Amino acid sequence: MLRLPKFQVAAPDSVAEAVALLEQHGEDALVIAGGTDLVPNMKHELFTPELVVSLANIRKLRGIKQAEEGGLTIGAMSTLSDVAASEQVRDGAPALAQAASLVAGPQLRQMGTLGGNVMLDTRCQWYNQTYFWRDALGFCLKKDGTLCHVVAGGNKCVAAASNDTAPALMTLAATLVFEGTGGQREIPIHELFLADGIYNKKVRGEILTAVRIPALAPGHRGAYGKLRERGSIDFPLFGVAARLDVAADETVAYASLAAVALQARPVLLKRSAESLLGLRPGTRDFERGVDEAAELAYRQCRPLDNVPGDSDWRHEMVPVYVRRTLLAALEGSGPVHHV
Amino acid sequence: MRVSRLNVNGDTFEVAAPEHWTLLEVLRYRMGLIGSKQGCDKGDCGACTVLMDGKPVLSCLTLAALAEGVEVTTIEGLLPAQISAGGAGTDPVQEAFHRCGALQCGFCQPGMILSARALLNENPTPSRQEIRNALAGNLCRCTGYTQIVQAIELAIAEATGGEPENPSWSPGENPWKISHTSPEDLEKAEPT
Repeated sequence: MLRLPKFQVAAPDSVAEAVALLEQHGEDALVIAGGTDLVPNMKHELFTPELVVSLANIRKLRGIKQAEEGGLTIGAMSTLSDVAASEQVRDGAPALAQAASLVAGPQLRQMGTLGGNVMLDTRCQWYNQTYFWRDALGFCLKKDGTLCHVVAGGNKCVAAASNDTAPALMTLAATLVFEGTGGQREIPIHELFLADGIYNKKVRGEILTAVRIPALAPGHRGAYGKLRERGSIDFPLFGVAARLDVAADETVAYASLAAVALQARPVLLKRSAESLLGLRPGTRDFERGVDEAAELAYRQCRPLDNVPGDSDWRHEMVPVYVRRTLLAALEGSGPVHHV
Repeated sequence: MRVSRLNVNGDTFEVAAPEHWTLLEVLRYRMGLIGSKQGCDKGDCGACTVLMDGKPVLSCLTLAALAEGVEVTTIEGLLPAQISAGGAGTDPVQEAFHRCGALQCGFCQPGMILSARALLNENPTPSRQEIRNALAGNLCRCTGYTQIVQAIELAIAEATGGEPENPSWSPGENPWKISHTSPEDLEKAEPT
């Protein structure tokens, strides 16, 4: 039995009220969306807020809409199962629908939200444990302690970004709408994350209200691949989103790859993706390009012992998943997972 | 302390509980509905699964204070719902679990049955893969999943008037046909 620490609950009806509560309570307040990560974290005493501000009653944060200028606007409180099942998202952002369909298990996708997944706390096998467990180990750099158990002598937290939807949104060039006391602002998702495992986002005290996905380029193909030990519920041990825009002349006009569950932020694999540009799928050159992309990803991605699973095994699976996800994007056969 | 107005199994209750309690804690320790199990208590095992507006969610991760205004169904609510819908007794899924021996210790069973019920409400004739996907968030550590999936397939076959497939472990006569006999018929039958 894991008990929650004591706190008060507020469930305001509007973003303005929620923002005002955050302003008023500062560090003592915690925003909660679906609660599937924050509730266990509070049970582990990783967060001990005085006030939990739920966004569940703010109706305007739900729903998936076709934007007037093309593309999609997805309310941050749309559940992951709604995002995964939505025809609009499957057509307008295939990698996102696939990534959402692979987050955790059915009940957690029913509760968990897209906004919550984007804003997910970083994870580490030395951090996401009970207070008793962490105390026995002398705590860690991210919470209550000064030692890093992943990198010996390390003074920078390397807890891993573990949000499946983030790399998918990065390949889709999505933007995030935040609302704070200073009003509303929109920032590209690849500018959100920092390489600091303790808190890996540039934004504090503001609420993510919507995710905007631009209209797809002609010939867009997308897929998401997720490595995990159990196909039913696990966080990613490695995740990769792939995007290929195949032009009218049947060559790759644009390619993008983004990976997660390596370090504190999701990373774009730029050089790896560039090795596919200008190639025509179905040719030997394209096959060689895919091999090169996998090889470059293998060199760039260096899994650490921050999440469960042997890090050498995870490293060896990087090229496998990059190759399979690229081919799945091309064939429209994603998502990629082996269990 | 907070008084929450909860709609559980078709009735409205006003329950006083500490503000930081989960829905599972309120169900078990305030309302006495101990059918929902407290397993891992952190969202892994699915033993605490309840239906909220018909969708399976984990009550151990739901704050009771945020469960107002939705219809909560626990395992205790299936039989009354079945009777008020004109049925004679237990939910067909419960009945099928019983007949197929789809349990050993029974700890995962309330969650399994509720996940299955939610699936069948949405899709009355799911494929085996769809059943397995729907139960992916419910862990069983003793029966194994074979009889559980077969129980749901039996419930589907009966609801659609079909004959359930012979299970893989029974090469001879279909055991489900024998177990179609009602308990009343068994009582009437001559002792052998």
